[in-house]
Amino acid sequence: MKQETLKQILSAQAAKQPIVLASNLNTNEQLTLTPDQIGHPDWMVAALDAAIRSDKSRVTDAPDGTPWFFNVFNPPLRLIIVGAVHIAQPLARMGLEAGYDVSVVDPREAFASAERFPNITLIREWPDEALQNLALDARTAVVTLTHDPKLDDPALHVALKSAAFYIGALGSKKTQATRQQRLTDAGFASAEIARICGPIGLDIAAKSPAEIAIAILAEITQTLRQERS
Amino acid sequence: MANSSMTETATHSDDNVLAQAAAWADAGHKVALATVIETWGSAPRPVGSQLAIREDATFVGSVSGGCIEGDVVIRALDAIQSEASEVLEYGVADAMAWEVGLACGGKIKIYLEPLTHS
Repeated sequence: MKQETLKQILSAQAAKQPIVLASNLNTNEQLTLTPDQIGHPDWMVAALDAAIRSDKSRVTDAPDGTPWFFNVFNPPLRLIIVGAVHIAQPLARMGLEAGYDVSVVDPREAFASAERFPNITLIREWPDEALQNLALDARTAVVTLTHDPKLDDPALHVALKSAAFYIGALGSKKTQATRQQRLTDAGFASAEIARICGPIGLDIAAKSPAEIAIAILAEITQTLRQERS
Repeated sequence: MANSSMTETATHSDDNVLAQAAAWADAGHKVALATVIETWGSAPRPVGSQLAIREDATFVGSVSGGCIEGDVVIRALDAIQSEASEVLEYGVADAMAWEVGLACGGKIKIYLEPLTHS
């Protein structure tokens, strides 16, 4: 690989843009491909699109039988945490470690402080505004942790209308039931509401904030990997 | 470690492998990159996983659960010298299985390439 090619991949990653490195495994010719480029052969454009859409790198044969390796570098998956509460602190750190681009949304500045969340993107806005601006997609997980319907519900409304691959809401079975009722009253169908994982997290009898964060991240991982593979 | 091979989603949470490779090159080191390009059976790391190797055998990242990294590093040092890319195959069917085979019974194909200036 040319150093220049490596720099192109790193700048695309820094700009959070998808990029694919195509390597001819016979001649070692390499091309960096992005979705907006024109002039490439049809088979290559199709392989590029498939790699980016499926998030899977793979070997594809050109029409002449030459094997090419398409290595996809998609922007990181995103984890949006609504509620800068205690559980959000270990969850944000663990999310970073698992490779997520983590944002914490909370309009309460005392909660969403840089002291409590070093190196994490903090968005001090109301969750509905914030989540609309974040353009949730199929590579995004949304977790609501505030317990406060004034903050959690608007976030869930936006999340349920999006393609987010995971939506989880903290709260007991009783809290879940009242939340479901509010969402029903707001016009959401039961199939839509069923997308919300709650009580949140895998049942590992977690107690401390860090343990609950492990349970949540485990459930996000399970949803991501089991449904996509 | 039993993954579903070809269907495994390749993620690049090990992005820092490439960043590290670039940092080494900028500091004047010679560097090679090894990338998993195909897997069969229960391979420990998905397609797209990468290892960056420096001329003094320092490395970051992974292409298996540690089963074949030793051999990949040795071959990478040759690739750094020869400036030639090659495809490596590992698996139980490999003649060198006793030395660098995969205990899990999987097969891995690796693309090994030196980082070059032009």
